[in-house]
Amino acid sequence: MRSDLEIICGWIQPSSRILDLGCGDGTLLAYLQQHKQVQGYGLEIDPNNITACLQKGVNVIEQDLDQDDLSHFKDKSFDLVVMTQALQAVRSPDIMLDEMLRMGRECIITFPNFGHWRLRFYLAQKGRMPMSKTLPYTWYNTPNIHLCTFKDFEELCTQKNIYIKRRTVVDNEHRTRWSNQVFPNLFGQIAIYQVSR
Amino acid sequence: MPEVIPPDSVGLVEPQVAQFESPIQLESGKVLESFQLVYETYGTLNADRSNAILVCHALSGNHHVAGYHSMTDKKPGWWNSCIGPGKPIDTNRFFVVGVNNLGGCHGSTGPSSLNPATDKLYGPDFPVVTVVDWVTSQALLADRLGVDCWAAVVGGSLGGMQALQWSIQYPDRLRHAAVIASTPKLTTQNIAFNEVARRAITSDPNFHDGHFYEHHTFPANGLKLARMLGHITYLSDMGMGEKFGRDLRNQAFKFGILDVEFEIESYLNYQGERFSKNFDANTYLLMTRALDYFDPARHHGNDLAAAVSAATCKFFVVAFSTDWRFSPARSEELVNALIEARKPVSYTKIEAPHGHDAFLIPTPRYMDVFHAYMQRVGEEI
Repeated sequence: MRSDLEIICGWIQPSSRILDLGCGDGTLLAYLQQHKQVQGYGLEIDPNNITACLQKGVNVIEQDLDQDDLSHFKDKSFDLVVMTQALQAVRSPDIMLDEMLRMGRECIITFPNFGHWRLRFYLAQKGRMPMSKTLPYTWYNTPNIHLCTFKDFEELCTQKNIYIKRRTVVDNEHRTRWSNQVFPNLFGQIAIYQVSR
Repeated sequence: MPEVIPPDSVGLVEPQVAQFESPIQLESGKVLESFQLVYETYGTLNADRSNAILVCHALSGNHHVAGYHSMTDKKPGWWNSCIGPGKPIDTNRFFVVGVNNLGGCHGSTGPSSLNPATDKLYGPDFPVVTVVDWVTSQALLADRLGVDCWAAVVGGSLGGMQALQWSIQYPDRLRHAAVIASTPKLTTQNIAFNEVARRAITSDPNFHDGHFYEHHTFPANGLKLARMLGHITYLSDMGMGEKFGRDLRNQAFKFGILDVEFEIESYLNYQGERFSKNFDANTYLLMTRALDYFDPARHHGNDLAAAVSAATCKFFVVAFSTDWRFSPARSEELVNALIEARKPVSYTKIEAPHGHDAFLIPTPRYMDVFHAYMQRVGEEI
């Protein structure tokens, strides 16, 4: 399992009611169903991922996060709304964040850090849009249309009065090192935030 | 007709009859003193009777769901594409039951059956039956077969309504409900289509207020028109266009009003004609009424989430992109209610050009998701 998912599992209360936006192949929900007895739904658009969810016995709802609104999910109808590595790929991350906090009492969000020193160095040195293991796409075909740095995200949270309950920053191998804890925006590659209103 | 039975077919099958002598109370308040249900089964019921799947049929369907009745059959059962060894409803694993609904015209007691009270055919005196009544009678068949709890109840269209009704009416008697190309209630437009179909039948001079059997005739023309109208609504504009376009029967226009000019006219006429010879007009009227009446939320202040709150099974809901008769929005209405009621549900919307009929057509992605879900059902046996 992806290690950001492993860290998230540690943060989740048993028997929670969870909505996973962009749930992929259902790995996180399947694990949480088994180990934390959560009741959850995943929203997903990719056909192969949907089939994989069905095979795992994960409740998956085919829905395009960019096209269909989420208004049919009632306010605070979930203990937790999760979005892993997808916020940077939706059309309006700020509106999405509001929606997540409307539907859930809490949210967990993970995304790649565009402020990581390698990416800064790549851009400074080569003068081209950075590519890395976490961000393997070229500028014209990337699904990541709203990349941000940790600072950018936290600034948005401040603006929106969103309370950051917990934050962990990891590198590509999802290790938490002293360097990325002291200088997260420079050395952290992926951030995991737990937020609420 | 098959020269040899394909390896993924259930092969030659034979209908069976279950006779019920105790009266059944219908939703309308009427009582049917006795009745019979004709059904087929494929696969083998396992020792703990946990692998049974009930397949519910739609408006014009029946108990002959898969396989062939003889080597001279032109076509296999209506859902042969999805049922058989290695298919989504895998008969190597499941014991599959198909049943002709009460009021039908393929062997189960219906308007064209003999009314023991009068020694005449029921005709229009056959009581109006509803989805609730069908589920009640199917439960009696389940008792007869020794099935306490279905591994899944599966159905498309009107069949999907029965699967949904099962989850509400007998929550502890099924583990999964697969509701395919269906809806928790008909839209106004759908009821309107049904009414035109009914008027086509009842205004046929051969209808004789439903007593046409005694006049040794049947409202072939009315039934044909009803089916032609229905058929248009089961296809998509795009699907029809791709299949027939504006193709002509002949090279040039004949400039005759009564001539069959376009291929689509010919097709609809042929389909209507064929259907009118094989289906009972009174049954058609009953089935459309059952469709109109179905609305489980009605008894719960029009709150669908409240209506499904008793359900304990898991749900699998499938819709098709070009289905405008039972559109994806109707399936999503059900999915949203199930989520609100905190029920386990998965939902997929399949891109398919075939309109409502897509639930009968084995498009690859449809088969993939159906297979994946049913595999999971099988693992829980």
